[in-house]
Amino acid sequence: MRKFDTKVQHLKYKVLREVARESWNGTLMEHVLDIPKTIVPGTEPTMRCCVYKERAILAERVRLAMGGDRSNPNVIEVIDIACDECPVGGYEVTNACRGCLAHRCEDVCRRGAISFDAQHVAHIDKSKCVECGQCAKVCPYTAIVGRKRPCQNACKVKAISMNEHKAATIANEKCISCGACVYQCPFGAIMDKSFILDAIDLLKKSAAGGDPVYALVAPSISSQFTYAKLGQVITGLKKLGFYTVIEAALGADMVAQAESKELAEKGFLTSSCCPAFVKYVQQNFPQMVQYISHNLSPMATLAKYLKATTPNAKVVFIGPCTAKKAENQLDSVKPYVDVVLTFEELQALFDSKDIDLTTLEEDVLDNASYYGRIFARSGGLSDAVKEGLKEQSIDFEAKPCACDGIEECRMALLKKSRNALDANFIEGMACIGGCIGGAGCLTHGEKNKAEVDKYGMEAYEKTISEAVSVLMPVNKD
Amino acid sequence: MKVTVCIGSSCHIKGSRQVVEQLQNLIAEHDLKDKVELGGTFCMGKCQQGVCVMADDQFFSVTPESTKEFFEENILKKL
Repeated sequence: MRKFDTKVQHLKYKVLREVARESWNGTLMEHVLDIPKTIVPGTEPTMRCCVYKERAILAERVRLAMGGDRSNPNVIEVIDIACDECPVGGYEVTNACRGCLAHRCEDVCRRGAISFDAQHVAHIDKSKCVECGQCAKVCPYTAIVGRKRPCQNACKVKAISMNEHKAATIANEKCISCGACVYQCPFGAIMDKSFILDAIDLLKKSAAGGDPVYALVAPSISSQFTYAKLGQVITGLKKLGFYTVIEAALGADMVAQAESKELAEKGFLTSSCCPAFVKYVQQNFPQMVQYISHNLSPMATLAKYLKATTPNAKVVFIGPCTAKKAENQLDSVKPYVDVVLTFEELQALFDSKDIDLTTLEEDVLDNASYYGRIFARSGGLSDAVKEGLKEQSIDFEAKPCACDGIEECRMALLKKSRNALDANFIEGMACIGGCIGGAGCLTHGEKNKAEVDKYGMEAYEKTISEAVSVLMPVNKD
Repeated sequence: MKVTVCIGSSCHIKGSRQVVEQLQNLIAEHDLKDKVELGGTFCMGKCQQGVCVMADDQFFSVTPESTKEFFEENILKKL
């Protein structure tokens, strides 16, 4: 039973699980200092130089599991002492260079940064090198390697640099909270803050007769918890104390319907579903902000509807996304969503209550259409907007540009700002693959897209308007 | 009168959309827009008995097939 991609995720999960367990028992404040020792008992180190450093880092993880540094508005934080200060030299020639005759590296370098010593061994002039990596690509001996920090490599918006102690730091004004660095750091030195305690608090109050807690689950859940059936996950959520579970994909159906109309009215639009993309546009292309769809994200759209029809409802969104935690801090979203959790955190919640999903009966989850569900993967939103236009008989031809990952988003935005984009709709997804590539996923597999499509096909409602019609039980004229 | 239909997953699969549609049409046919307020909610906690419908404070278990009868007996007659 493989629950996570990496051991870093597993470690983070163990901390979340222990924090959650203590919180359910009401003993967190009493035992909070013991949690690192529970996870790393004994005297032999298993990960770092000594158990004391391991525990010191775990104490930081506990802090993040409990909400992290409240004075830092960013939901993504660096654990300084966990950062291994990876090499940062950029492209370097290793001793695998054989001093060959071909000199492909020299030929391909447009900056003339490569020279050769008396033994014909290549050298890179750092003052000329722009780190394009072409030399490394063409070397037949793969003798040139790029020494870039995994976090910096992962961060396509260039928000990560080093501080004077060579530890990674995040420039909050550039960060889009996508979580790519969180997932990629091999030492687990960057983490997303957890609001798992807020969720437990709501669930405990609800169990004591308080307001019902609704779980809104993102459609990417269909590619997660693969060791169990989706229906068992739903039962598990109810066992945790959630009153009921609703597909956020229904919010996606609502968005698809509204957004297709908006596109036809305005003639050009970018999506607004992905909070990391929206933040990226605001920070890097202020002149393009006018084109961002005015719709709230599917999460917020559905939560807004839910709170309008059930005012005492508490809403916990569970998804693959760390940026959703940041979205939830926005004034436009805050009133509707109480807590945002990731699938990683949900796994920790299940296990903190010793809920074994595989032994549970299957419950049902069916609120959205095929189109709402495929929002979870790149290209789905574009398909849904096209369908929305068709279903509403709007005479407008959508020409979507589905951007898979923040780099493709940047290219499309650049082209549009130069009037060179052959499209009238930008689907912006910060993560590669779309939401299924999110940093809060338990696993990122090859089959995830197929899983989402399969789940989409299983939807009871086949069209957006059918799925949405149930939401408008107002009298027809 | 306030009529609330459950649109949660379980009731949805049992046909709550058809129930909602029929009720909308029946309300329009009988020109009761001002007298009957139709609403939706996610889950009434009685999933086994779906499609769950509340007419004011009274609970009913309705199916798409029995919607017309439910409307006549429990909405029309009580207005």
